Amino acid sequence: MAYSDKVIDHYSNPRNVGTLDKSKKSVGTGLVGAPECGDVMRLQIEVDENHMITDAKFKTFGCGSAIASSSLATEWLKGKSINDALEIDNMDIVEELALPPVKIHCSVLAEDAIKSAINDYRAKNGLPLFELEKSHH
Amino acid sequence: MIKTPIYLDNNATTQMDPRVLDAMLPYFTEKFGNAASRNHPYGWVAEEGVDYAREQVAKLIGANEKEIIFTSGATESDNLAIKGVYEMYKDKGNHIITLTTEHKAVLDACKHLEKLGANITYLDVESDGLVDLQKLEAAMTTETILVAIMYANNEIGVIQPVKQISAIAHKFGALFFTDAVQAVGKIPVNVIDDGIDLLALSGHKMYGPKGVGALYVRRKNPRVKVTSQMDGGGHERGMRSGTLNVPGIVGLGKACELCFDEMETEAVRLTALRNKLESSLSELEESYVNGNVNHRLPHTANISFKYVEGEGLMMAMKDMAVSSGSACTSASLEPSYVLKSLGLSDDLAHSSIRFGLGRFSTEEEVDFAIENTKKAVLHLRELSPLWEMFKEGIDLDSIEWAAH
Repeated sequence: MAYSDKVIDHYSNPRNVGTLDKSKKSVGTGLVGAPECGDVMRLQIEVDENHMITDAKFKTFGCGSAIASSSLATEWLKGKSINDALEIDNMDIVEELALPPVKIHCSVLAEDAIKSAINDYRAKNGLPLFELEKSHH
Repeated sequence: MIKTPIYLDNNATTQMDPRVLDAMLPYFTEKFGNAASRNHPYGWVAEEGVDYAREQVAKLIGANEKEIIFTSGATESDNLAIKGVYEMYKDKGNHIITLTTEHKAVLDACKHLEKLGANITYLDVESDGLVDLQKLEAAMTTETILVAIMYANNEIGVIQPVKQISAIAHKFGALFFTDAVQAVGKIPVNVIDDGIDLLALSGHKMYGPKGVGALYVRRKNPRVKVTSQMDGGGHERGMRSGTLNVPGIVGLGKACELCFDEMETEAVRLTALRNKLESSLSELEESYVNGNVNHRLPHTANISFKYVEGEGLMMAMKDMAVSSGSACTSASLEPSYVLKSLGLSDDLAHSSIRFGLGRFSTEEEVDFAIENTKKAVLHLRELSPLWEMFKEGIDLDSIEWAAH
């Protein structure tokens, strides 16, 4: 299967690889997927007092599309408010990276990771949690 | 200078040897006759080519040329052997024993027979990929008509103890069929010494053309028969009708001859290269060689690099053509059933890469592969949250993963 240029770009030069200090109150961490399924994403956001995302980092165990989806997600997250970040839809990722149907689950995982990181931040800061959709894949 | 991507997927297919092509070419043009045309020289010339190829194939596996049935490839040979034996001998019994690690052509042919009333035992292998002979013997019944066990596995290269397997099959009056696609031409295979009753082989796995293979069917002690699966002109002693693929058959014959002549020195060379590759890559932390290392094809290595995912890894190894047991390489999202049969956890199966060396592999290419693979594994581990957790001493099994 051939990868799109954008997948290859994100895979070869992944943006925002790394780790934020998860013990900090301002950091939200989302860890989604499972090793036995062949993909695990960890996405972290750092949020300021105005609920704006100032930094985002990821690490992903998975195929090229999974790595590219999470790399793209960190790019999109920076500078967004945590409410706006919730608007990121997996189909936006599919479109941007031109993912084929068998790789749609990678984008779903990235969306799950975003939501789970935001929820983690909300929980730490006494904000109400929103309902996470149950696994759709 | 080496040409990239370097080809290290010789268990999937091999580059045809130019000497094979030279042997085939005249049979496309001036020697174009139908080998079944008995009335004119065009037919005779084609038939001569086929007869010679039949001798070349027979010689490589220690058979008589009359015991070679030409087919379109190993999938057809597997189907003809299993379905053909079942149809021919089903009055004697309806039980067939095979392995969970067999090629899909064998497993699916068996599944087809199950629908027709056959009773199939799919034996698990041990963690090193080899069959436990006691378990095989325990599975044999008076109803067993066929034991279908591969000579060498296509994913991990382990070589089954065929001599002992055939002895067990024969003790119970069953026939022994082996899919020897990966073994023939790479290691010595002898149908007499090994007690083989039927054997499948393929041209393109041994530097011959695609679209041609053979089935060995024993003619003496015992005389084995298979019911044809293709009706027509009664070619190939009535077991496989269809106009013979003369250029392909000539190519298969030439490929067998070259393997016969060069196999011994090739095996020594490839073993050294494979061992170099394997020992260098084993220097990487948390890398595991899959399958029994003492009973193995000379040219195959299957290695799991824990905490990186196979398809992602292959993408980083873009200058190499290799194969992965990762789910992502297939649409099924299931990792390799062969590796899972060995008892590998799904995450290790996802992390596996198969390296298949071949006649045209050079030491320079192997050195390149070692460097390239090491770099790719280290790069992906930098990206891997699992690697970071492992390094922090977190037990990954203690985490409640959201399986999806």
